[in-house]
Amino acid sequence: MIEFEHVAKHYPDGTVAVRDFSLTVPSHRCVVLLGSSGSGKTTLLRMVNRMVDPTGGRVLIDDADVRDSDPVALRRSIGYVLQSGGLLPHRTVADNVATVPLLTGATRRAARSRALELLGRVGLDESLAQRYPAQLSGGQQQRVGVARALAADPNILLMDEPFGAVDPLVRRELQDELLRLQSDLGKTILFVTHDVDEAFRLGDEVIVLRPQAEIAQRGTSVEILAQPADDFVRGFIGADRGRRSLRLATSGGRQVAVDLEGHAVGILE
Amino acid sequence: MSLLSEAWAWLAVEGRWSGPAGIPARTAQHLAVTGVAVLLGAVVAVPAGILVGHARRGAGWVAALMGGARAVPSLGLLTLFGLWLGIGVEAPLLTLAVLAVPSLLAGVYSGFLAIDEAIPQAARAVGLSPGQVVVLVELPLALPVIVGGLRAATLQVVATATLAAYTSDYGLGRYLFAGLKTRDYAQMLAGSLIVIALALALELLLAALQRAARRVADPAHTSDPSGRRPSRKDHP
Repeated sequence: MIEFEHVAKHYPDGTVAVRDFSLTVPSHRCVVLLGSSGSGKTTLLRMVNRMVDPTGGRVLIDDADVRDSDPVALRRSIGYVLQSGGLLPHRTVADNVATVPLLTGATRRAARSRALELLGRVGLDESLAQRYPAQLSGGQQQRVGVARALAADPNILLMDEPFGAVDPLVRRELQDELLRLQSDLGKTILFVTHDVDEAFRLGDEVIVLRPQAEIAQRGTSVEILAQPADDFVRGFIGADRGRRSLRLATSGGRQVAVDLEGHAVGILE
Repeated sequence: MSLLSEAWAWLAVEGRWSGPAGIPARTAQHLAVTGVAVLLGAVVAVPAGILVGHARRGAGWVAALMGGARAVPSLGLLTLFGLWLGIGVEAPLLTLAVLAVPSLLAGVYSGFLAIDEAIPQAARAVGLSPGQVVVLVELPLALPVIVGGLRAATLQVVATATLAAYTSDYGLGRYLFAGLKTRDYAQMLAGSLIVIALALALELLLAALQRAARRVADPAHTSDPSGRRPSRKDHP
């Protein structure tokens, strides 16, 4: 369980990234922070593994203030997936996945076999283990990033727009893969994105953020769609432009769902 | 042309190639002075470069400072150190070390700064300590540029190490100073030729070292257009 208690982040130049944010991320759930750039969502994520220390309030993991733990040990105990993958270009895929186990004293052999197992888990062929990151596609690199995050078997996964840099088709596949992994592993996931559809697909709960990490609305995708809290949320999820309102049209004896902008989105079975 | 053939004749004299004052002995001294001076420079330049490069701060100040340091005339500096330390090899060693610092330092910090900032950041985020980020991530990735700095520093020092003979009977510079004093220009030219040959040999050696460093930093040869690049599989 991750708890944010009235956290704030003010920078010396007067910029306020986070004004006053409180949230509980329950164990084994996937909570998505949804906001545009400047909403402070990445700052919040980085507070959990102490890449950023809040200037006010506390962040707790299982009731322990993260500030009381050694940052390096804390980061090793938390899985972290970044947008660009953040892989080490001069190390093989297997060595990248094994980074943390090797640092925490696993034998080369154990770390290696664990790495191969994890590559299988994230849907990568073992033959890629000896490649270098630059020899993989963007989607494959992201999978390696996920495998690396899982290597130390952490309870918590932090995901910072992990699928933002891949094309929509691959992004969809990676999201499916994450949902499948999550149903197997039941990690506590804090996921940051600006992609509304991604948030609605992955989040057990979605937190819509205004600038300075003010919570505009929180709830399941269904709740947010059914009752957008205000015009900001309506605008952010596209409800104001008719993207979220569907009507039925009939074509060739079948009922087709069309949004108010006139784009066909699906068939009614 | 006749001077060149006189220089060759000077080199061909049998006694020159043996004994404690012979060409091989002086070449060894010259190399030793070069090596020690570069090492001394590195003792200052490498930690300072790592500090600036890892923090990604203060590079502008350091660049300005090193620009100034490059402009210091070595002969003037040697005279100054010579007056302070007296006759011997210490003053030229110190002068040459000062000469080596700017290139070495620039190599280290610009090598660090050339790394995509996201890579050390990500390494830190997954749990590498600052020391591990430097040793396991930044140094290997910066290695080609660092060796480039070493190459530039070594070439400058090996050529300027002739100044060692100004305050001591050390190295190949002896032929230049002795030749100048006795107007034996063949000897001066011969000495210069040996220094040039030595510089070229070091250049070849360091170029090979730089290629090896590139293999460490970029084992997949992705930044080498002639290198083989395995086909990108299109499935994710």
